[in-house]
Amino acid sequence: MPDEIRQTVLCLLGEIAPEADLTALKPGVNFRDQLDIDSMDFLNFVIMIHKAFGVEIPEADYPKYGTLNGCVEQLSDKRVT
Amino acid sequence: MAEFVMPTLGSDMTEGTLVEWKKKVGDRVVKGEIFAEVDTEKAAIEIESFHTGVVEQLLTKPGERVPVGRVMAIIREEGTQAPPTIQAAASPLPLQRISPKAPVSSLHPAPPQIAAPDTEPGRRRISPAARKLAGELGMDPAFVQGTGPGGAITLEDIQRNAQTRRQQPSTPPAFAGETGDRQTKMRQTIAAAMARSKREIPHYYLSTTIDLGRAMTWLQEENLTRPVADRLLYGVLLIKAVALALRQVPELNALWKENTAVQSPGIHVGVAISLRQGGLIAPAIHDTDKQSLGELMSRFQDIVKRARTGTLRSSELSDPTITVTSLGEQGVETVFGVIYPPQVALIGFGKVVERPWVIGKQVVSRPVVTASLSADHRATDGHRGGVFLSAVDRLLQEPGQL
Repeated sequence: MPDEIRQTVLCLLGEIAPEADLTALKPGVNFRDQLDIDSMDFLNFVIMIHKAFGVEIPEADYPKYGTLNGCVEQLSDKRVT
Repeated sequence: MAEFVMPTLGSDMTEGTLVEWKKKVGDRVVKGEIFAEVDTEKAAIEIESFHTGVVEQLLTKPGERVPVGRVMAIIREEGTQAPPTIQAAASPLPLQRISPKAPVSSLHPAPPQIAAPDTEPGRRRISPAARKLAGELGMDPAFVQGTGPGGAITLEDIQRNAQTRRQQPSTPPAFAGETGDRQTKMRQTIAAAMARSKREIPHYYLSTTIDLGRAMTWLQEENLTRPVADRLLYGVLLIKAVALALRQVPELNALWKENTAVQSPGIHVGVAISLRQGGLIAPAIHDTDKQSLGELMSRFQDIVKRARTGTLRSSELSDPTITVTSLGEQGVETVFGVIYPPQVALIGFGKVVERPWVIGKQVVSRPVVTASLSADHRATDGHRGGVFLSAVDRLLQEPGQL
């Protein structure tokens, strides 16, 4: 399941930053420190996560989705519950 | 009969290259409808028709470089008779082909149409990295078939195309290569506009620090009530505050024409958008002051997306009456902007930072932002500039009223 989530998140990131080499993405490092994305891009990423996984993401939780590991952790938890 | 001319999409534009017509002879075109796609030094732009009628003649061919003001097509306006045919050769100036010695068909084993439509007609999506590499290679992306999502041109598409070109060493460069790559052209264009600005416009600069505590709290609460897709970014509050403040100081919402400042009847804030491959563009959000925050957010999202996929419209580039730029996400605290002529002012916002702030007799921590105004001293003086910044501050203290 985490692998499936990871792949989906990477796919969504690829749509936000199509120029990025996602194979080099460090899973524990914030996306915004690795990819050239701004707050608009990040908001669009959150919207895509919401649509793809059907999860509600309060604004206060945005920082938890700032890394690949964070996304996988959050989405795995939400799927279990 | 109406002439459809190459429009000027900003003071820094002198010419454009027709990528494709969106209508053919005999088609009906409505004022405001996309009629052509034109490539400029900055981006591919969708040009809207200025008239309603039937396309009588198309005088320009795809790939031709056309100076601003040159007639490109004839539209027979509704209610008028068809005239005798006008020959393209009768154009007052010879049309300039950028690379007559480099026919498009020589570049590819299977010659594509210029700006072959992707999955969505008229759109040509390209990733910033792909655009950057194409620029470095002197390759025009219009000739590359996209294989990414929705037909987007990816980095791999450019690399594959470059590989094909390397295998054809005798192949002449794509037509854009002859005039330099887009990055170089964009820098030259920006350089020309900014040099003109600094040479001709006597700038004055003012700045003020604005307490955003109320605005950020209001935004947080407002976003709790909104579904994720409708949430607002704080930048939208800043843009709206600027637009409303311009109603109070309309002298700043003006264009400098023939030695005088002409106030604009509409407030069309140009928002500076950085392009990932470098450079920037500042399209207008029309009637900014009349949009609700939700509408403004939606239009802001749309315009950023289209700026980065090369599908802006001509009116969005020709109509800004003032520019707002925010460099806060790059860690900048204060912006000292260069006015984009013929506009007479530019507003800059820096990073939102927590700072000690005195409220009553208490020192508290508040999120603050530095707002700066670069203004043309020919059009206004510091007093009015100060009134404007105070108005922006005051408006941001009542975010619910924006």
